[in-house]
Amino acid sequence: MGGLTLNYIIRRVIIFLLTVWVSITIIFLVARLAPGDPISAMVAQASASMGVVENQDAIIEGWKEYFGLNDPIPVQYVKFLGNLLTFNFGPSLIAFPAQVNELIARALPWSIGLGLVTLPLIFFIGNLFGALLAWRRTPGPLKAFIPMTMIFTSLPSVLAGLVFIFVFAFRMKLFPISGPFGRGMQPSFTIEFISSLIHHGILPVASLVIVSFGFWTLGMRGMMVTTEGEDYMTLADAKGLPPFYVLYRYQVRNAILPQVTALAIALRTLVAGQILVEAIFSYRGIGTLIYTSIRNQDYNTIQGTSFVVILFTAVSVLIIDLIYPLIDPRISLEGN
Amino acid sequence: MGAATGQTASLAAPRKAGRLNRFDNPWLNIKLVVGVIMVGSIILMGIIGPMLRDIDLAYVGRSPLNLPPVGFENMRGEEGDPMHPLGTDNSGRDMLSLIIVGAPNSLLVGFVAAGFGMLGGIILGFSSGFLGGMVDDIIRLSADITITIPSLLVLIVIQSLIPVQSLLVMAVLLSLFAWPQPTRLIRAQVMSMRESGYVKMAQLSGVPTSSIMFREMMPNLLPYLAASFIGNTTGSILAAVGLEILGLGPQRLPTLGRTIQNAIDNSGILRDMWWWWGLPTIILIVIFIGLLLINLGLDEVANPRLRKATRQ
Repeated sequence: MGGLTLNYIIRRVIIFLLTVWVSITIIFLVARLAPGDPISAMVAQASASMGVVENQDAIIEGWKEYFGLNDPIPVQYVKFLGNLLTFNFGPSLIAFPAQVNELIARALPWSIGLGLVTLPLIFFIGNLFGALLAWRRTPGPLKAFIPMTMIFTSLPSVLAGLVFIFVFAFRMKLFPISGPFGRGMQPSFTIEFISSLIHHGILPVASLVIVSFGFWTLGMRGMMVTTEGEDYMTLADAKGLPPFYVLYRYQVRNAILPQVTALAIALRTLVAGQILVEAIFSYRGIGTLIYTSIRNQDYNTIQGTSFVVILFTAVSVLIIDLIYPLIDPRISLEGN
Repeated sequence: MGAATGQTASLAAPRKAGRLNRFDNPWLNIKLVVGVIMVGSIILMGIIGPMLRDIDLAYVGRSPLNLPPVGFENMRGEEGDPMHPLGTDNSGRDMLSLIIVGAPNSLLVGFVAAGFGMLGGIILGFSSGFLGGMVDDIIRLSADITITIPSLLVLIVIQSLIPVQSLLVMAVLLSLFAWPQPTRLIRAQVMSMRESGYVKMAQLSGVPTSSIMFREMMPNLLPYLAASFIGNTTGSILAAVGLEILGLGPQRLPTLGRTIQNAIDNSGILRDMWWWWGLPTIILIVIFIGLLLINLGLDEVANPRLRKATRQ
């Protein structure tokens, strides 16, 4: 049994599609259930920041027409579904002529970049520590040291970020306080720019890694413990294989596979953590975009950005779910 | 998270009975005890604090501005005032009172959200595991979908348009994402227990289903449920603090996240007013580490193999 059965693929894809549909429906319902009329709120917002808005009523009518608010609810809903699925989120209210999808396109590469550095680091450090914690031959001091590093586990990454900013950036001045690269620099492939990028990235990455790797360490230790005492381990030891070889080929290889499914579970927390960390570091990504649009009540941007992040997470989970049976044929696929 | 590893290892052969004598009570392991003490001291502070300290000082304009904690100086060279031992913030809120009110508020949101989640999990998990068929399919599908959606984003969308002003509403919103884990856990356990001898025996003797669920099965589930409850509490507090730092959630009620957000908003770090954000951060760290220790401790209760591994 096992392997990538058609049933399994269909089930996963259905879950993915339903996830996206449920999210869009929630976003739609929230916008319709909100007290007051969002368009009037937008105009009120504009008049608060710019003083007087001429022809308010004409503007409100225009917006209503633009967003199709004069249509019956089911028509509105279908239009809304279509708009979100084609990434048409309308104009941003704070950066007005700019479309929300342009803002997202500008921010997304930064977030993905940060995530692509952070995630492998977390996975590697976490599993390494977990394996060492359960391995019989790990030196005693190391075994005592690893649990101490795990004291940060399950803390919010924002708090780690705040402490890091204060200690390493504000007090010790070792790292810049905010931004993805030095002020006044233009993104380019020069050594100067790339080193500035890395210099700015260390604290955000560190605050995400330090609170997350313990999750993997615990999981890995748990899995390693179950391989201990298996017949194949006894055989490997009896054959006189080198200890490192046994650790890597026999124990870690078997223990690490379920850790891949844990990726799908951890992704939600990691995405949320990264959004908050970006916000406090004013990193150029999605997190900062969400933060500034919440501050400015730019509802179009909040809605569009949230949808993109939800979609992104759902796609990642789908990919992990589909890859996993390929690498671990032992698992029977109905999840129990 | 711990529950998942517990589940896998519990399939292993049970260890020899007789290890559980009075001095080897698994519920008295050090992690669990320390964790309970840490979280308990925060709860205690919420109960005793208001008797010893004027809580009204937690609100705007009741105290001088920007005072440092006793023994420190702020940037203007002002000394701390013994009347405000932990200093004050930029709008005259006393930090000590703020923490006495805010910490239990934050903890409470987590517990209430996890409690509702657990209630949903027990109902849905037992229905799913016992009834099977269509009900099971629908519940499992809903759980899978809810687990995939990043809750923070949905909560951001909801709260940015519909302002939430009460902690209870906040907790209910958070609990919408706290039911799938207990549901899955209970379902899996119910499915495996349903086939076990003692349940079969009870069924044959004509014990009513509800009594099988709650008298026979529930006690075996307790450590798993407790671990799942604590995990959800952590997750809910995490989400609540995140929302508050982004500027959402109740604006007038003091919570730890709201206090930190106020510090960020007023450049607490760059103005070297570390007590604005540092004190609530320390309390949150105590809460989170306390909950983590409780979870690890419960894991050892549920999973004797792990217990042995840590003691070797």
